[in-house]
Amino acid sequence: MSCLVIAEHDNKSIKVATLNTVAAAAKIGGEIHVLVAGSGSGAAAEAAGKIAGVTKVLHADAPHLADFLAENVAALVVGVAKNYTHILAPATSNGKNVTPRVAALLDMQQISEIVSVESPDTFVRPIYAGNALATVQSSDAIKVITVRTTGFDAVAATGGSGAVESVAAPADSGLSSFISREVSKSERPELTAAKIIVSGGRGMGSGDNFKILEPLADKLGAAMGASRAAVDAGFVPNDWQVGQTGKIVAPDLYIAIGISGAIQHLAGMKDSRVIVCVNKDEEAPIFSVADYGIVGDLFQVVPQIVEELKK
Amino acid sequence: MKVLVSVKRVVDYNVKVRVKSDGTGVETANVKMSMNPFDEISVEEAVRLREAGVATEIVVVSCGPLACQETLRTALAIGADRAILVETDVELQPLAVAKLLKAVCARESPQLVLLGKQAIDDDSNQTGQMLAALMGWPQATFASKLTIADGKAQVTREVDGGLETITVKLPTIVTSDLRLNEPRYVTLPNIMKAKKKTLENLKPDALGVDVTPRMKTVKVVEPPKRKAGIKVPDAAALVAKLRNEAKVIS
Ligand SMILES: Cc1cc2nc3c(=O)[nH]c(=O)nc-3n(C[C@H](O)[C@H](O)[C@H](O)COP(=O)(O)OP(=O)(O)OC[C@H]3O[C@@H](n4cnc5c(N)ncnc54)[C@H](O)[C@@H]3O)c2cc1C
Ligand SMILES: Nc1ncnc2c1ncn2[C@@H]1O[C@H](COP(=O)(O)O)[C@@H](O)[C@H]1O
Repeated sequence: MSCLVIAEHDNKSIKVATLNTVAAAAKIGGEIHVLVAGSGSGAAAEAAGKIAGVTKVLHADAPHLADFLAENVAALVVGVAKNYTHILAPATSNGKNVTPRVAALLDMQQISEIVSVESPDTFVRPIYAGNALATVQSSDAIKVITVRTTGFDAVAATGGSGAVESVAAPADSGLSSFISREVSKSERPELTAAKIIVSGGRGMGSGDNFKILEPLADKLGAAMGASRAAVDAGFVPNDWQVGQTGKIVAPDLYIAIGISGAIQHLAGMKDSRVIVCVNKDEEAPIFSVADYGIVGDLFQVVPQIVEELKK
Repeated sequence: MKVLVSVKRVVDYNVKVRVKSDGTGVETANVKMSMNPFDEISVEEAVRLREAGVATEIVVVSCGPLACQETLRTALAIGADRAILVETDVELQPLAVAKLLKAVCARESPQLVLLGKQAIDDDSNQTGQMLAALMGWPQATFASKLTIADGKAQVTREVDGGLETITVKLPTIVTSDLRLNEPRYVTLPNIMKAKKKTLENLKPDALGVDVTPRMKTVKVVEPPKRKAGIKVPDAAALVAKLRNEAKVIS
């Protein structure tokens, strides 16, 4: 057995999602290699070699790998694929974009968003917005997998001694070009890596009103998230969306403010350790998953929580 | 420009799905079925492209049992011109669907294929990327904005960090995200009109595609239930609980 993990990184450092994916690879067994594809990504490749359990880093560096365009990255992965029994990527937007392209080029049926490894060919994955868990067995020669990061505790970022080996990048496909990126800047922790998340829903009423959540997030060192309704209404950026079709999170503490708790939202946060909600409708479904709920008007309750936290 | 749109028939998003007691899957008998919401968005986008004079013909395709005709009729009512059913009772996995769609693309030669970002039943998020790979075409996934000009599509994509804009050469695959548009309501006159539109029936064999599943479902279970929580009277009680009982904050 031998696993190749496609790294999520920003050229300088390795993202935590990579560490969760290495953890899944470790459950499968065999050697673990990490592929770092990027531009000016030497530091990320170095960091990948230090990940606990990693024995080799394949490093491809080229200008046309800078923006992780699926056509170029998939061609690169396919070029090295034959050496591996398993190819894994985190189920991030990059992973979800590139990995199925790799799978199809290899004529393999991808196994999406696994949350558990039962054996080298058998995995558990949520279906129907997490309302069911399917155990699936793959008969394919190379298992191409995306990993739901909340299913696997991150391995240590240090302790490994993987040598970095250069691999040549295939030529630019010329099929797609990167134009621009609008990154939502924030001093707060990343949503998928945060220990505490404060999320707002349609009940917030406006983007401006999200300001009342800021002191709470500040006090708790929390990331901020939202329901689809809040994003669709333009209150907050799209990358705040938690849920079936947004981000899947499982922090120690998830605080849902003015969120009703639709199935599609619960799909993204119901594996959080502790869930708190504030909602003026005591019948709201969010109460059925919340460990602690307050029935009340969020505009009164949220500032009160902040006051209490100061005590 | 011809546009092909794939539409999947799935359990309606409002249905609370139940796992079958024998652990073989989820209950789909006597359950409301609908078009996958992302596919509805794709059909709407195609119709808007035609209204804008960019698209000339819209062909919708569904793969699955005969009942998918109903989903195709809905797509025709939204405004698609004609429909193709690739009929099979075999459980279809994304790679098989991608191969079927490839065969349909070979017959239809579309310049743009719109798929949903993910099907809300299997939550795979694979088919569009796979079809792009099999066609050797570019892909623009998770689209929240699409413009076609000069033989290219410019697509704004919803990604983890925010938004990203790329251009892809035509022909191309685009997968729709939720914020690409808001689908219109189908009107009765359009439902009537849809009944007269062509609906062709094809079989995987005739397309030369082997749809045998590669992945076996060993069992399906309900996820562990969270134990019921409590309501607390006020902020002071909440913060005390979080500090002393749950110990998640200091
Ligand atoms: C294909 C598909 C995918 C989807 N994916 C996602 C997803 O990934 N994530 C997601 O979140 N949703 C998703 N949805 C949408 C989902 O179905 C719900 O529509 C959405 O989650 C509702 O958001 P909400 O709870 O903020 O809004 P609402 O359901 O409108 O709830 C607002 C809540 O705020 C409360 N409230 C209002 N005012 C106050 C106040 N002053 N004080 C206290 N409480 C107040 C109300 O009582 C209510 O419970 C998806 C839907 C579809 C069809
Ligand atoms: N059986 C099918 N028939 C038609 N389109 C499908 C089918 N399965 C998947 N698709 C398309 O592929 C998209 C993504 O599905 P999936 O990869 O299964 O999450 C869907 O939104 C559809 O557009």
